[in-house]
Amino acid sequence: MSSDNGRKPRIAVFKFASCDGCQLSLLDAEDELLAVAGAVEIAYFPEASRRMLKGPYDIGLVEGSITTHHDAQRIQQIRRQCRTLVTIGACATAGGIQALRNWRDTGEFVRYVYARPDYIQTLNHSTPIAEHVPVDFELRGCPINKYQLIELLSATLAGRKPNIPTYSVCIECKRRGTVCVAVAQGAMCLGPVTQAGCGAICPAYGRGCYGCYGPMENPNSKRLAAHFLETGKEREQVVRAFRTYNAWAWQFREATEEREG
Amino acid sequence: MNVTPTAKGTRTVKVDMLARVEGEGGLLIRMKGDRVQEVKLNIFEPPRLFEGFLRGRHFSEVPDITARICGICPIAYQMSSVHALERALGVQIDPAVRLLRRLFYCGEWIESHALHVYMLHAPDFLGYQDVIEMAAEHRETVEKALRLKKIGNELVALMGGREIHPVSAAVGGFYKAPRKRDLEAIREPLRWALDASLETVRFTAGLAFPDFEQDYEFVSVSHPDEYPFNEGRIVSNRGIDIDAAEFEEHFIEQHVKHSTSLHAVVRERGSYLVGPLARFNLNYEKLTPLARQAAADAGLAPPCRNPFKSILVRAVELVFACEEALRIIDEYEPPAAPRATIEVRAGTGAAATEAPRGLLYHRYSVDSDGLVTAARIVPPTSQNLKRMEDDLWRFVPQLASQPVEEITWRAEQAIRNYDPCISCSCHFLKVKIERE
Repeated sequence: MSSDNGRKPRIAVFKFASCDGCQLSLLDAEDELLAVAGAVEIAYFPEASRRMLKGPYDIGLVEGSITTHHDAQRIQQIRRQCRTLVTIGACATAGGIQALRNWRDTGEFVRYVYARPDYIQTLNHSTPIAEHVPVDFELRGCPINKYQLIELLSATLAGRKPNIPTYSVCIECKRRGTVCVAVAQGAMCLGPVTQAGCGAICPAYGRGCYGCYGPMENPNSKRLAAHFLETGKEREQVVRAFRTYNAWAWQFREATEEREG
Repeated sequence: MNVTPTAKGTRTVKVDMLARVEGEGGLLIRMKGDRVQEVKLNIFEPPRLFEGFLRGRHFSEVPDITARICGICPIAYQMSSVHALERALGVQIDPAVRLLRRLFYCGEWIESHALHVYMLHAPDFLGYQDVIEMAAEHRETVEKALRLKKIGNELVALMGGREIHPVSAAVGGFYKAPRKRDLEAIREPLRWALDASLETVRFTAGLAFPDFEQDYEFVSVSHPDEYPFNEGRIVSNRGIDIDAAEFEEHFIEQHVKHSTSLHAVVRERGSYLVGPLARFNLNYEKLTPLARQAAADAGLAPPCRNPFKSILVRAVELVFACEEALRIIDEYEPPAAPRATIEVRAGTGAAATEAPRGLLYHRYSVDSDGLVTAARIVPPTSQNLKRMEDDLWRFVPQLASQPVEEITWRAEQAIRNYDPCISCSCHFLKVKIERE
């Protein structure tokens, strides 16, 4: 990205409903942090700094999903302030685990958790940023991979396309030399429909992929769900497998909603 | 922040977001002369309703889900949930699994404490807006801090596949237990981390601490033989000594209008404090001799009642966590099976473990299919919120003669003493000072 007047590109980090883990990934890039801070101006990053500079910003990183009326308005303002807007993580990209409310009675949830539900204002749905404003790039993962974040920042600053693969976790598993847990153990593994990026950790730990990087490009989620049923999994189990951190991603929704008939 | 003069010479000071905390909220302080008239920690972190959607999930999915409450201390959420569910299901764990869980927690404490001490809290003491600004003048210190934090993260990743939301923790044990030689790879880095932690104690001992002491009720997990991580009774310096199953009889959560986090209080007594200060004061004897010596050399002895010194206590706990990790790696022999076989039964179980920020309580009920029917989670920050407000009521008058900018910064620093995690507690910070 060319910066005006030769100044450093300005980066801002914004938070919505989330666990803070994806923005923490920037601070977890221990070997790169000081270099990044040298190459850009971190203009707004409340988790890390008291100094909060006003926009406009060259790159806005957005963590978290929209769950309140106020946040639905705030994201509109943020979009206007950011030349490039990038969502980081499953909450911002797919609504996050808190999107499980989308199939249930949010009012009942609030009454269950809070003594005074009348003090709480929240929307009935948790929705991804792209349902509210145009997004320039969506970085997947719960949490994101910090190396992908660094690659994304470098690419955006250089004005090139980031090298972020859109193939499935299966490719990473093969590359890692992990024995297929679906074949060998009959594990319910979402690897065939989940985007790579984590390094295929779960199968290496002897368990099926639970889909925290969300749908890969063109997944056949319906077919995988049917396969789970054909191989003896219970319907509720299959629905729960698709309804975790990226539950509201339409490619995963498609699989479970059809199953529920 | 902006200062708005009004017609009658009153002043309103607003800071739109309190920085260097995890999550979002605000602080309102209303002053008249030297007197504080109102203190409100305003938590506007949107509610995520975990307890709501945990119902209906299978118990085996719970530790992965609760990890998502907090990206900074996911292991704490995994540990409190697995222990509570093991009690609900009557599961006994292998002693080697127990050791591994302590080791896992050591990694999280190192990562989280290093983050807070150097990147979130030290800049307040040294007068920097953030760690990047601090690095310009203290490059070597910050580089060492990053390396220390990285070693904590490496230990977590070694055991759980990644630093944030690791994937190995399971009810009954781990999906995969590390081999002895896997762990040995991190022995040398941990020895370096131990030295860096001792240096951290010396570094924090040299900071200037405001003269401020409070008569706290300290609450922590306590174990007869160990500095607390996963297991023990819940104790306080005012006579509480209970099993986790009795937690809700003694501690209640109040819902206040200005907060999406509940405020926990000791029933009939009021605010209390959890976290490093409480652990240190209640479990000092169980620290390693080296950690105790480091504390003594830094002039730190129990009871420490100055919340600003929590940064020093975190440094002492870094020493402990590094030593404990090294001890466990030396002793470790892999368990016969990485996790216990579980026979599903209906039941209810509660557990408390020590997150870096303090006691974290979970309770679950499961039915005979292993599905969760009830869930309750009380994070450390919601237990400390009332205490943070109480500190400000007493601390801010000491600052009354200072300019508003200074009051604001010091008030923020006093909040950051607690390393608040608002993402967790809501399950902060915007400072506003109104002064007449």
